[in-house]
Amino acid sequence: MPDMDTITPLRPATGAQLLAGLRGLLMPHRLIMLALALTGLAAMVTQMDWSWLPAYLPRLWGGLLTTLWMLAGSVILGFALALPLGVVQVIGPRPLRWLASGFCTVVRGTPLLLQLWLLYYGLGSLFAAYPVIRETWAWPYLREAWPYGLLALTISFAAYEGEVMRGAFAGVPNGELEAARAFGMSPRKVFFRVWLPRAVHRALPVLTGEIILQLKSTPLIATIAVADLYAIVTRVRQATLLTYEPLLLLAGIYLCLSAILTIALRWLEGRMPSGG
Amino acid sequence: MQDDPAIQIIDLHKSFGDAHVLRGVTLTARPGDVVAVIGGSGSGKSTMLRCINLLEQPSSGSIAIRGEEYRMRPGDGGLVPADPRQVQRIRAQLGMVFQNFNLWQHRTVLGNVTEVPVHVLGLPRAQAEARARAALERVGMADKADAWPAHLSGGQQQRAAIARVLAVDPLAMLLDEPTSALDPELVGEVLAVIRDLAAERRTMILVTHEMRFARDVASHVVYLRDGRIEEQGPPEQIFGDPRSPHLRQFLGNAA
Repeated sequence: MPDMDTITPLRPATGAQLLAGLRGLLMPHRLIMLALALTGLAAMVTQMDWSWLPAYLPRLWGGLLTTLWMLAGSVILGFALALPLGVVQVIGPRPLRWLASGFCTVVRGTPLLLQLWLLYYGLGSLFAAYPVIRETWAWPYLREAWPYGLLALTISFAAYEGEVMRGAFAGVPNGELEAARAFGMSPRKVFFRVWLPRAVHRALPVLTGEIILQLKSTPLIATIAVADLYAIVTRVRQATLLTYEPLLLLAGIYLCLSAILTIALRWLEGRMPSGG
Repeated sequence: MQDDPAIQIIDLHKSFGDAHVLRGVTLTARPGDVVAVIGGSGSGKSTMLRCINLLEQPSSGSIAIRGEEYRMRPGDGGLVPADPRQVQRIRAQLGMVFQNFNLWQHRTVLGNVTEVPVHVLGLPRAQAEARARAALERVGMADKADAWPAHLSGGQQQRAAIARVLAVDPLAMLLDEPTSALDPELVGEVLAVIRDLAAERRTMILVTHEMRFARDVASHVVYLRDGRIEEQGPPEQIFGDPRSPHLRQFLGNAA
């Protein structure tokens, strides 16, 4: 890259840096890419039909929130499950170890869509068959689709991250744990003060990638009638008989979400250099 | 008890499977002693040191820290602690410096040094931080308090690890070949710090390969061979007038 020198001069003047950055954009190949992108965007705006958009904005917003809730919920719950799944596979007694690794293998070895349908159509209809369950406080929730969606996404995330955490726990240098013991930490403190945070620290770069993958798994819950972003866009397509416009919008939104997540997670990673 | 030895080891044996690594070591360190332990590789130096804070569990024998003997019970082919809390309490008074530093990589230098005062000794954070900063000052690392271990040289990491021990204000320091993993040009800065601490008459047991250094700083030198103390005495005698032919040969090779 011949323009590296002009871009890299560090710190002194941000104005000059900006100018250098702009000049970097003016390379011929970049100009062509930029022109293509702008032409595409202009064509999309002028040649395509976006008249439906204002009317559907509130519903799209609602779908976006559902998608984000499903992502956040399944990542948080799934990660909370992944920690014991990972630990048990490293230091657990043999039966527990088999159980955990069996769970991870089965879940990772079958399609998420299949798990989702098994839970929703299988478990869901099973619950409905028992009047005892239909009379409990949980029934109003169990009647909905989203708990099954959240459950399936959570189980899937837990299984993948359980495997990641197994590696992360096993990879924490023994010397650091030994140092913790040598300074008089109880086994509990060794775990919570050193082993666990150190393992999460090691796993962070992998986890950021997995969270993006999880975002892109969420549209599957539209198949059990959860009104996420994808489901709303599907409804738009059915109502307006348009194919490309809603799908392009959908792609744009997922792209933006991925970008925001990537930047946020990378910032988080940057606050701690990984020590291997 | 002020008169009790800081560390007293009596007839310590340790086997790993068939390997009889320690074959009856008896050793006393009084407060203020700087005991240098020398010997070839496989002589049991590190194992002996690691038995003192029970990172290794002895097969038989007894160990007392400031007069308090570890309560052990038979099990697991040797001895195991009868009271884990006692072990934790005693360990918190013994600072250990490792060959590979073993700093906690997910915490800054300051975080490493305050960790034990706050979370083991239970000091208020402000007090722990004052102690930590004083300790870092002591080893010349005050300006690196906010650095991450991964960004430091080996010498700096080892000095931070020594500060981590100083912040505990231990009864005795255990140093396990503190310069063996360092590049030659970084050995000096770490030895200088240890030399200072020895001059303050801090009790320490130092396993080392640096003979000249052992001669300079130690008040007492122990030569281990095949899991036994073959010879011990003041450094002038051990280095100036060694009696055992093995020690003579060992020093000849090391020089």
